[in-house]
Amino acid sequence: MCPDSIKTFFLDGREIPFREGQSVFDAAMTAGAFIPHLCHNPDYEPHSSCRLCTVIVNGRPFASCTQPAVAGQMVQSDTPELREMRRVLTQMLFVEGNHYCPSCEKSGNCKLQATAYDLGLQDNHFPQFFPKRELDASHAEIILDRDRCILCGLCVRVSRDVDKKSVFAMTGRGIHTVIVVDSPSGLLKDSKVTAQDEAVQHCPVGALLLKGKGFDVPIGERIYDKAPIAEDSVAKFQAREAHIHG
Amino acid sequence: MSQAVTPHPQETVRQILQRYDRDPGELLQLLVEIQHTFHYVPEEAVSLLADHLRVTRAHVRGLVGFYSFLSDTFLGDYVIYISDNITDRMLGNQDMAKYLCSRLGVKLGKVRSDGRVSVQYTSCTGMCDQGPAALVNGMPVTRLSRERVDRMVEFITARTPVTAWPEEFFQVEDNFRRSDVLFRRAFDPGTALKAAMLRGGDETLKEIQFEEAVDPASGIAWKRGADETLKEMYRSDLRGRGGAGFKAAIKWETCRDISAPERYVVCNADEGEPGTFKDRVLLSSYADMVFEGMTVCAYVVGAGRGILYIRQEYWYLKTHLEAVLARRREAGLLGKNILGTGYAFDIAIHWGAGAYICGMESAMIESIEGKRGKPRKRWPLPVVAGVEKRPTVVNNVETFAAAAMVALKGGVWFAGHGTMHSTGTKLFCVSGDCERPGIYEYPFGVSIREILRDCGGLDARAVQVSGPSGTTITRPEFDRVLAYEDLATVGTFMVFNHERDMFEVVQNFTHFFQHESCGLCTPCRVGTSLLANLVDKVAAGKGSPLDLEEVQKISQLMKTTAHCGLGQTAPNHLIDSLVKFRGDWEKRMMVTGFVPAFDLDASLEEARQLTGRDDVAAHL
Repeated sequence: MCPDSIKTFFLDGREIPFREGQSVFDAAMTAGAFIPHLCHNPDYEPHSSCRLCTVIVNGRPFASCTQPAVAGQMVQSDTPELREMRRVLTQMLFVEGNHYCPSCEKSGNCKLQATAYDLGLQDNHFPQFFPKRELDASHAEIILDRDRCILCGLCVRVSRDVDKKSVFAMTGRGIHTVIVVDSPSGLLKDSKVTAQDEAVQHCPVGALLLKGKGFDVPIGERIYDKAPIAEDSVAKFQAREAHIHG
Repeated sequence: MSQAVTPHPQETVRQILQRYDRDPGELLQLLVEIQHTFHYVPEEAVSLLADHLRVTRAHVRGLVGFYSFLSDTFLGDYVIYISDNITDRMLGNQDMAKYLCSRLGVKLGKVRSDGRVSVQYTSCTGMCDQGPAALVNGMPVTRLSRERVDRMVEFITARTPVTAWPEEFFQVEDNFRRSDVLFRRAFDPGTALKAAMLRGGDETLKEIQFEEAVDPASGIAWKRGADETLKEMYRSDLRGRGGAGFKAAIKWETCRDISAPERYVVCNADEGEPGTFKDRVLLSSYADMVFEGMTVCAYVVGAGRGILYIRQEYWYLKTHLEAVLARRREAGLLGKNILGTGYAFDIAIHWGAGAYICGMESAMIESIEGKRGKPRKRWPLPVVAGVEKRPTVVNNVETFAAAAMVALKGGVWFAGHGTMHSTGTKLFCVSGDCERPGIYEYPFGVSIREILRDCGGLDARAVQVSGPSGTTITRPEFDRVLAYEDLATVGTFMVFNHERDMFEVVQNFTHFFQHESCGLCTPCRVGTSLLANLVDKVAAGKGSPLDLEEVQKISQLMKTTAHCGLGQTAPNHLIDSLVKFRGDWEKRMMVTGFVPAFDLDASLEEARQLTGRDDVAAHL
């Protein structure tokens, strides 16, 4: 039991302490309970768009990344129903884009791939959409491969809020939504982006890649070769918490 | 002269820009005006807009790509959109579209090679009681017929400007078939506002001059009127007419009680739910009542700024609405010194540009701020941090009209109509298979059967209540009542008779949601497309029982995990249809068991095109 002075809620029967203003997601991860997610990165404003982090709070579904923790609430996350829903959401992301893990440079460092393993994805289940999306290889150091984009919006948020450049935005609507680059030509080479931009470092998939770094880290020694995403992501989250909040 | 060849759009764009503040919030309004001027958004305009408003080009392009009525390519001197709601289909819009295209020599969805004209489908334009309908250069053409199409083609061939086309083409009827206590007579501007300001005063107060009574210096009625009117709103128990049914008084009080330097009152006239057209009629014939309701709300919550967010499909109401607002300013009912009290409030009109999602309040607020209409995170609610993060009341057109009547006649009077938990009256938009489509006002608690009897639709096989996102009601359920106790509704009432194949209804609705999903969240963005593909597979006679299970599974996933109401309600009609009209699905299924979605013959199409073959041997 936690001391009375510390506020807690219940996650899958476990008591989770939280700080005032913390989201259900952040509190759970701090306490070592992994919630699958793709669009959320705790360093940046949550987006609640991938919906993988959906949990049931007091009987109703919410995205845990934007749901404030409240003392005493009952949260379910690791249930067969929610695991199945997360599996289907991940399958949806695989079929709406063009993802070819075996030939992708991001393989082993890719959150989409690692999440698929975590959820036990056996196949894509749905028919592939095979969309035709433009590849932007115009920049000397950066490549934007829209085929691999999962529309998490991290590059948009980070370029706007951290790099203060707003290099990326989204256009189109619905299934035709795509990333656009801010430059007169619409190409990366004419934009303000550089290989040092934070926005380029946080793509969870292989949509934004640095050229010339291809296989710096060999297959077999990559992030999720060493530890499954559930372990890796909780460890990183806790290290970050310890760093910021002591 | 074709505007496609306008050589230097910069000068015209600059002139347009001069009329707008350098406020990024004006971006959508500027794009709408530029689109109306050029029939597309020229590349030159993107740069000028970005510079003028200090936003990125990518942001400007993001809006052009998001809103259906904005385009980055020229759409022709005559831009024709054919309304594609199921009610338009039942009235033959597809035949009309085909006939129009063949007469004009244009392919559906393409611009004719000489740049004269383009024809494409659009989501419901809100003319369901007088369809099939179209929009030509923003103007609604109702009751399309072969004769009307022939004449349109003549005008287009002769390059007759749309402003010179016969007025009857653009005649939009109210078709107000039944009125009850709220809309029985014309509204007298100013009466509700005065009543609100005087509310709570004794009888003698009402005898003296209004100006004296509400003189801010004497302070007799000023604050009290607002507080007392809020009490009347509580007594009325008025619930939001946009469908969700949240109690207006709670929203108003929450907004009032948050400390902020400014507050907004937003009227939701986006009315995108297919089959809905009551807001059009209210804004045509009861605009004063709606604006007065907004002003009463502003007075109660202490807001200085009002916005009417109205869908592009109702562009033809622009002159009328601006005239009503101007008249109200002249009469002292809007502006810096309302009715001499020193209270300031004004209303601006914001135009949508073709996006159903913008009817959802946080997406609407994004759109008002000149952004893509993407719903916001769930918290904070708009009433806490809405437009420019200020406390904002967003209510439906009909809610404000009803609020004006509450201010005028009191909450007890209002609550005397309707049912225990659904007070007052409701407007119903009746369309489809009935003799008298149009607007019907009933007290809440009216039964489906009663409306069917009144509109001449007793041959109904089904009624779609509340639009595609609502509920499908079948014959055995016709005694169910329209009220929050039973069937909550925005007022949409589409009737389908026994000749109708309910699968076609589902197919129309499914494609509507696929087109309108904003693309933010995975389940709605991908789910609406998967569902449309599955329904098309069944339509093509290739469906299997597994596909129906798949529809169920995706629907359930969307209901649970979608970010906003659009994705959560988009599968409602499918879930209903699979239970209530499964036969209409099953008769299309040629086989049982598994049938792959992958079509081997279709996949050879690219090879056929490359080789220029289309002979029998080139098909499987």
